[in-house]
Amino acid sequence: MLLFVLLVVLTPLGNWWLFITYLLIIFTVILIAKLPPLTVIRRMVIEVPFVIFAVLMPFFSAGPYVSVLGMQLSEAGLTAGIGLLFKGTIGVLSSITLASTTPMREVLSGLSRLKVPNMLVEIAAFMVRYVDVVVDEMRRMRIARQSRGYFETGIRSWPVIAKAAGALFIRAYERGERVHLAMLSRGYQGKMPSYQIAIATNQQWLVGMILPISAVVVLILGWRIS
Amino acid sequence: MHAPDGFINAPVSLGTGVISASFLAVALSKARSELDEKAAPMAGLVAAYVFAVQMLNFPVALGTSGHLMGGALAAILIGPWTGMIAVSTVVILQALLFADGGLTALGFNVFNMAIITVIAGWLVFQLLTKVIKGRTGIIAGAFLAALVSVPASAVAFVFQYSIGGTGTLDIADVFVAMFSVHVLIGIGEGLITALTVTAVLALRPDLVFGARGKVQANLEIRESQVR
Repeated sequence: MLLFVLLVVLTPLGNWWLFITYLLIIFTVILIAKLPPLTVIRRMVIEVPFVIFAVLMPFFSAGPYVSVLGMQLSEAGLTAGIGLLFKGTIGVLSSITLASTTPMREVLSGLSRLKVPNMLVEIAAFMVRYVDVVVDEMRRMRIARQSRGYFETGIRSWPVIAKAAGALFIRAYERGERVHLAMLSRGYQGKMPSYQIAIATNQQWLVGMILPISAVVVLILGWRIS
Repeated sequence: MHAPDGFINAPVSLGTGVISASFLAVALSKARSELDEKAAPMAGLVAAYVFAVQMLNFPVALGTSGHLMGGALAAILIGPWTGMIAVSTVVILQALLFADGGLTALGFNVFNMAIITVIAGWLVFQLLTKVIKGRTGIIAGAFLAALVSVPASAVAFVFQYSIGGTGTLDIADVFVAMFSVHVLIGIGEGLITALTVTAVLALRPDLVFGARGKVQANLEIRESQVR
């Protein structure tokens, strides 16, 4: 996946049909993975600020101007804007595919196989496990506030919410200490048992490499023709 | 500000990736000395906390609201090294699990959102708590540290964008726009951070890393008359 995105990013601007082919490839993968289209669209919202950025680019860039639909647009800005739009969209789509097809545990064990320091993987694992606990705690505090008739409005409510944030930190910290003690009592000695359960088989490698390889093929074809 | 794939070119992605990785490597070994074998569960829980706090909405006006970035807050509450790891973990997992920010821009995002905010915040905090002593210094330091950390992140963002951005916008324009907007955001971040640190300071001053040796936990014996 990373290889695929890297290749897309490296593709020079201007060969627009190359990018369209990339989009088709990633759409096929999403179809095969049977991801619900609505979830994909909802997750793509993250891209919006950069879409605005890309749309603004043609209007505010310097350089030779071309007129499109009666508007004076900068040529360089237009190229860069469309390029950013394509690359960003392809990147977001492939990240969503990775995120929604791979369970958290496997992402983590994948990280440790990619030689990410064990300690960082452990911290990430703890975060993944406890994030819902902490978020739920926060939600409970909000419900408690509201059931006492408090609804936050405007900047004046910041001190109250900030106090809640402070209390949340204390609770999270104390929970961390409790978890640590619980781990010690189960024989923890500063290192978790290895996460390396699965090793990728040749077949999995093959499936995994389909995306980057197809991108390479598209890129080479593009060079031959242009 | 999570940058997507293709926003910056490959050399800058790789460069910031290498820088981020080396910062994290140093931070990991330092955090081990800050927390010894407690490091993994504690940093994990604090990362979960940073993640949660980023979901906490602070209403601004007219139905809009903002949220904390938490870099300076994490640095003050649990120390710069552990804070750096916690915020980086949040950014990395956001990219891997929620597709926030591109995979190839991961180093870039970690550097700007976790490493720069923590370093800038911590330096300002250290400076201010040296000048102003006691509780006032810590609260003022928290405010200013968070205020500076946000535009610092924006400046780093623009600087790297000027080296390896794929856009064609005038750098000066981008700089002015980004900087002024982020100073405003920074003021909000500063207020909230200072208020949050004040709250923790009132309840458990021993937990605030930045306050160690600067504020006494004032346990006192209070007597009441028996009637």
